[in-house]
Amino acid sequence: MLYREVGQYKTSYAADQALLPILQDKIGIAVLLLIAFVGVPLTASDFTLNSVLIPILIFSLAATGLNLLTGYTGLLSLGTGGFMGVGAYACYKLMTLFPHVNIIVFILFSGFFAAAVGIVFGLPSLRIKGFYLAVATLAAQFFLSWCFIRVPWLYNYNISASIEVPTKMLFGIAVTGPTATSVTRYLVVLAIVAVLTLLAANLVRGRTGRTWMAVRDMDLAAELIGIRLYQTKLLSFAVSSFYCGVAGAMLVFLYLGNAEPSSFDINQSFLILFMVIIGGLGSLLGSFLGATLIWGLPILLRHVPTYFGLSIESAKVDQSTFMILGALIIFFLIVEPHGLARLWQIGKQKLRVWPFPY
Amino acid sequence: MAVGLDSGKKIGGVVLGLEGITLSFGGVQALQDVSFDVREHEVRAIIGPNGAGKSSMLNVMNGFYQPQQGVIRFRGREHCWMRPHAAAAMGIARTFQNIALFKGMTVLDNIMVGRNLKMRCNFLLQALRLGPAMREEIEHRRAAEEIIDFLEIQHIRRTPVGRLPYGLQKRVELARALAMEPAVLLLDEPMAGMNLEEKQDMCRFVLEVNDHYGTTVVLIEHDMGVVMDISDRVVVLDYGRKISDGTPDEVRSDQAVIDAYLGVAH
Repeated sequence: MLYREVGQYKTSYAADQALLPILQDKIGIAVLLLIAFVGVPLTASDFTLNSVLIPILIFSLAATGLNLLTGYTGLLSLGTGGFMGVGAYACYKLMTLFPHVNIIVFILFSGFFAAAVGIVFGLPSLRIKGFYLAVATLAAQFFLSWCFIRVPWLYNYNISASIEVPTKMLFGIAVTGPTATSVTRYLVVLAIVAVLTLLAANLVRGRTGRTWMAVRDMDLAAELIGIRLYQTKLLSFAVSSFYCGVAGAMLVFLYLGNAEPSSFDINQSFLILFMVIIGGLGSLLGSFLGATLIWGLPILLRHVPTYFGLSIESAKVDQSTFMILGALIIFFLIVEPHGLARLWQIGKQKLRVWPFPY
Repeated sequence: MAVGLDSGKKIGGVVLGLEGITLSFGGVQALQDVSFDVREHEVRAIIGPNGAGKSSMLNVMNGFYQPQQGVIRFRGREHCWMRPHAAAAMGIARTFQNIALFKGMTVLDNIMVGRNLKMRCNFLLQALRLGPAMREEIEHRRAAEEIIDFLEIQHIRRTPVGRLPYGLQKRVELARALAMEPAVLLLDEPMAGMNLEEKQDMCRFVLEVNDHYGTTVVLIEHDMGVVMDISDRVVVLDYGRKISDGTPDEVRSDQAVIDAYLGVAH
């Protein structure tokens, strides 16, 4: 009864094409944003912000990026970690070259470097498809990983081969580096993620998104309708890599504080891919749900036993986390191959017709 | 079936001409020196037994195949072969024998994709969904809704195409092609696998498109009743060669056509 659009008539196409056409959705998102921007900073502990919310938001953005490429355009990529790394290292280099420019500008600008690299590695996508393209992007991943280790210029010839984030100010408040409070960093991450997600939502429901999905569903027909496959695919690579690059820069500057090449290795790529698959291919909401599940579940599994007064060795917890997470992933994929976003949709549909079955 | 011919329709000059089209795949000759033309506002049928090269002919016309020899003349301009998106931009739209819709997208989105070439707003405006992008989106939505009304598919607007029954999918594919506002519409077996009622509906739509929008229609069809009823001129292919060309009545009485369809005693 609560979630029903009956009686909400639309009298213009503008209203019909709104991002959230149903009133309850509008209220829901408004409440969610209010909690995220006001409620959480006032109440959440440092641990919640630092280890849960900030990484979940950053990974959601990376998953959104990959989802644009894999879920919307149908191009499987295993180079996400590499593209995130490009963003992080670009941001680092920009910051050392122009130390007086605002760090937020660089975090966003580093996305363009990732986009450029993404376009280069997207070039084979016209000729090869599916698994073969995945292998080509795997080459990108390994090449970029190699660069992060073997090109000392990227980390300013630092002996430890890692990049350290200095303290940077925004309106007199530290946003990066050791002195920045977790609330500040959380708010910056949240603002960037919220804006970029809105832009992604606009893109995928507009012309660009439609051409991407057309290429995904039937590329030959798309071409005969007048869609230029090459440009469409490369645009998808560019936008996807932009999102991944910004996520990578945020990962280093607003979450980790320093980065080693291993932060952007193949495991990172797989992690993001799992988030997208479990969350739901071709759904922005899915990216967030997937990131929340994959990042949140191990933390939950680690902390639930202590609430019940059980003390388990941390090594045991870590091992069992892997097993439980793996089992859950398989379970989800069998029960709902279209991911959490589809489950959410089914739930909404059930609510809409409740208390009737259909 | 309602016959919409001779309803004051004016058939104009040649809009699409094909001269000496030869197409082969390795050793297989799909088309050999085929020439015919399509006049403005007419319904032109291509018929022939299986494997005669009908679909290949359509594929040549909209640039999906590149003929080894021959010239395609579209609106007075000569092309040795078309590029698919160039053909689309010049106003050639088509549907497929085995439906080629975007299965994961809704009916509305499929039709809106058809409007793609008419949309101009750049990427940045779309991302921000600012004024011009929003206006453009709404303007094309209006055009899409007109087509939805025209083809009577309002009730499935929001349904993903993959879930629709076959007959409706065929109709949606026609809708997507119409969304391109084509000058020439190529229909590859639009009535294949349909029952009588669906065929009648489809015939009505094809004739109405032809009548209402003045669109030139080139169609491949196996149902001779349909072909003879709705087309103005018919070209007959057999083993990649043109064996007959003319009005339905002429073609029907052509001995070469009868031989091709019924076989000849040796």
